[in-house]
Parts: sequence; structure tokens; C-alpha cells
Amino acid sequence: MVKLEEQEKELTAFLSGDIDHHTAKEIREAIDLKAEQCRPEQLILDFKDVTFMDSSGIGLVMGRYKLMKELGGSVTVVHVSAHIRKVMILAGLDKLAVIQK
Amino acid sequence: MKVVNEANLNFLSRSSNESYARIATAGFFTQLDPTVDEISDIKTAVSEAVTNCIVHAYRDTLGKIYLTVRILEDRTAYIKIRDRGCGIPDVKQAMEPMFTTAAQEERAGLGFAVMQAFMDKVTVRSNPGKGTTVTMVKKLQSRGEHD
Repeated sequence: MVKLEEQEKELTAFLSGDIDHHTAKEIREAIDLKAEQCRPEQLILDFKDVTFMDSSGIGLVMGRYKLMKELGGSVTVVHVSAHIRKVMILAGLDKLAVIQK
Repeated sequence: MKVVNEANLNFLSRSSNESYARIATAGFFTQLDPTVDEISDIKTAVSEAVTNCIVHAYRDTLGKIYLTVRILEDRTAYIKIRDRGCGIPDVKQAMEPMFTTAAQEERAGLGFAVMQAFMDKVTVRSNPGKGTTVTMVKKLQSRGEHD
């Protein structure tokens, strides 16, 4: 699930629940629709309420990174748990986006 | 290795069953009193293997996924995930990090890399046209070694 909040040039996506192949599509579509409308300079992906994530979450972050690059903006990933961080580092996501604890 | 306990499950290759498979697996292994990290690792590896069956093995069709979980001696968790789908023509290539045949669906090509990183041993056997079997093993910390 995802809740979106727009503030000035920032769009924050509050993600929640499990992120897997089943749930990623809906999350991706909701974020992209909103980002294309409001064209933010920064997209913040907030993982605070994410209970589980597999490599589908990697595809999700990488895809948003591509989109924001097209829009001339950046992606920041915040509130990442130790386990999710482990999956992200394995994929080298720390080289694409800023990952904050 | 001697089998201490075993459970079998089969379910349709619907994406809504991804969470069911990992929760059922986690439930089975709670009897070993694993750490939170160990359970997260196991759930993630199962999620990757089951997703592969759904996205690749049964790509344009619906089929059955067979999950076997075992507790072997010495606190060893054993997981086998089998499908009767399309099979993998080149297993070595499929296991290379970032190799994917579903980039347009934002599949990162990291499923096997995640399984290998989070489990001690991952074995893949595949017969094109007949199906694929993934077996994974992870030895859990002995009780008392917990943080």
C-alpha cells in the first residue's frame, strides 16, 4: 500500500505492508501517476511501515530512480529497517539513491 | 541428513499466494525458535523462489507450486520449491545477478542472488518443458547464541 503526500517540490510516498511481486505493481502505478502530475524535484520513499520486502522492492526503487531522472529529480529512501537495507545493499541501490536509516 | 520434521504444501501460481508461502514457511520454522533475522532471510528467499515460479515458470498459464519444508538434524532448515512449468534452458545464466527476461515488469534479476545471499546453499535443477526444483538449506544458530 502507498499514501502520497505532496509538499512544494517534494513528493513523499509512505509505503506500508509487504512489498512483493503481488503488491509492487499497484504501488508503482500510484507513485508514477502522481509524480507525472506534480513533477517533483525530489521523490522520498518512506519505508517506515514496510513489514517485508523482497527483490520486487529493488525493481520498484530502480524504476522510480529512472522516472525521476527523466523528470530531472532525485530519489531518497528513508526509514529503512536492517533487513530491507540488506536487500538494497545487495542490489547496489546505495549507489543510485540516498538511503537513510 | 536425518529428517526431524516435514510439511508439504501445494498452491496455485497466483501472486496473492506469495505472502501465503512465506508466512506458512515462517510458521513451520518457528518451532526452531529462530532469530528475527533468520526468519526474515528465510521469508525473503522463499518469496524469491515462489515469485520465479509465478513470473517465469508459469508465465502465461496457471499451475501448481509444490513447497516442502523440513527440519533436518543440527537445526538445519531445508526448503524445496518445485514447479512443472517451462523450465530454465540455461540455469547458470539465469543465476547471474541482474540477468532477467522480464525487465519491462521491473524484475531486477536478483532473485537467485538474494536466495544465495540469505541461505547457506541453493541448488537449482531444471528440465526445459518439465519444470524446475530449487532447494535451499540454512543452518540456524544454536539456542543461547541469540543476541
